[in-house]
Amino acid sequence: MADTVLFEFLHTEMVAELWAPDPDPGPGGQKTSLTVLESMGFRVGQTLGERLPQETLGFREELDVLRFLCKDLWVAVFHKQMDSLRTNHQGTYVLQDNSFRLLIPMASGLQYVEEAPKFLAFTCGLLCGTLHTLGFQSLVTAFVTALPACKFQVVIQKP
Amino acid sequence: MAVCVAVIAKENYPLYIRSTPMENELKFHYMVHTSLDVVDEKISAMGKALVDQRELYLGLLYPTEDYKVYGYVTNSKVKFVMVVDSSNTALRDNEIRSMFRKLHNSYTDVMCNPFYNPGDRIQSRAFDNMVTSMMIQVC
Repeated sequence: MADTVLFEFLHTEMVAELWAPDPDPGPGGQKTSLTVLESMGFRVGQTLGERLPQETLGFREELDVLRFLCKDLWVAVFHKQMDSLRTNHQGTYVLQDNSFRLLIPMASGLQYVEEAPKFLAFTCGLLCGTLHTLGFQSLVTAFVTALPACKFQVVIQKP
Repeated sequence: MAVCVAVIAKENYPLYIRSTPMENELKFHYMVHTSLDVVDEKISAMGKALVDQRELYLGLLYPTEDYKVYGYVTNSKVKFVMVVDSSNTALRDNEIRSMFRKLHNSYTDVMCNPFYNPGDRIQSRAFDNMVTSMMIQVC
């Protein structure tokens, strides 16, 4: 079905557009692009956090919210569930996706590992925004060791 | 038929408040403000009770001689408060629930509007029209 790839194509263009006009990508320039991508993801996450749980009943605790992220949010955006969720029960969660949709078309292995983080910035913002709407301040970072698998580390900040 | 509809943000400030008889606006504002305490009580009570699922609809918050106040909380801790006329006894629970569902849908639409910054007052005309339709509908 063509509609599952529409978002992927749009996302690829977004990253290309934000990176291309930077003739001298010094450390400042790169960081701004990452921030723009993350803030875009944040706003999208805020609206998804409002619309997706509309029919479900209230979340009882933090773990429920993370489970919602791994199942409902991931299925809605990437048409598959998150492969694994681990936690230290003290506010840090590691979400692992073994075949992340946005990285699949790139490579399978170690090629392009340095380029991968910019393709994960939007998704980090997405997770952060959804958590923000559902009431949690968080810090989301992404790690790639071998494409297309990636890990998102979510640290919930206590107020 | 609702006489006053209010949308209150997570931090307990109003995003939207509108009431019908224009003269008694202050009274309705005050009622909504006092009902926030009851809402908070219900939310914390639900949190402590080991119920499998939490309802979004809070039900009747408190009745006064002239009015009844109903509450609803979303997953993002945004609260909807509705004040209805007590004389309108034909208004059933189901109807109140469906009114809240409509409110929730319209609020979600407002959130998805790219010109709306989350946390601002709601100025969407579509939302206004939906609330007007709820306030003038006669049962």
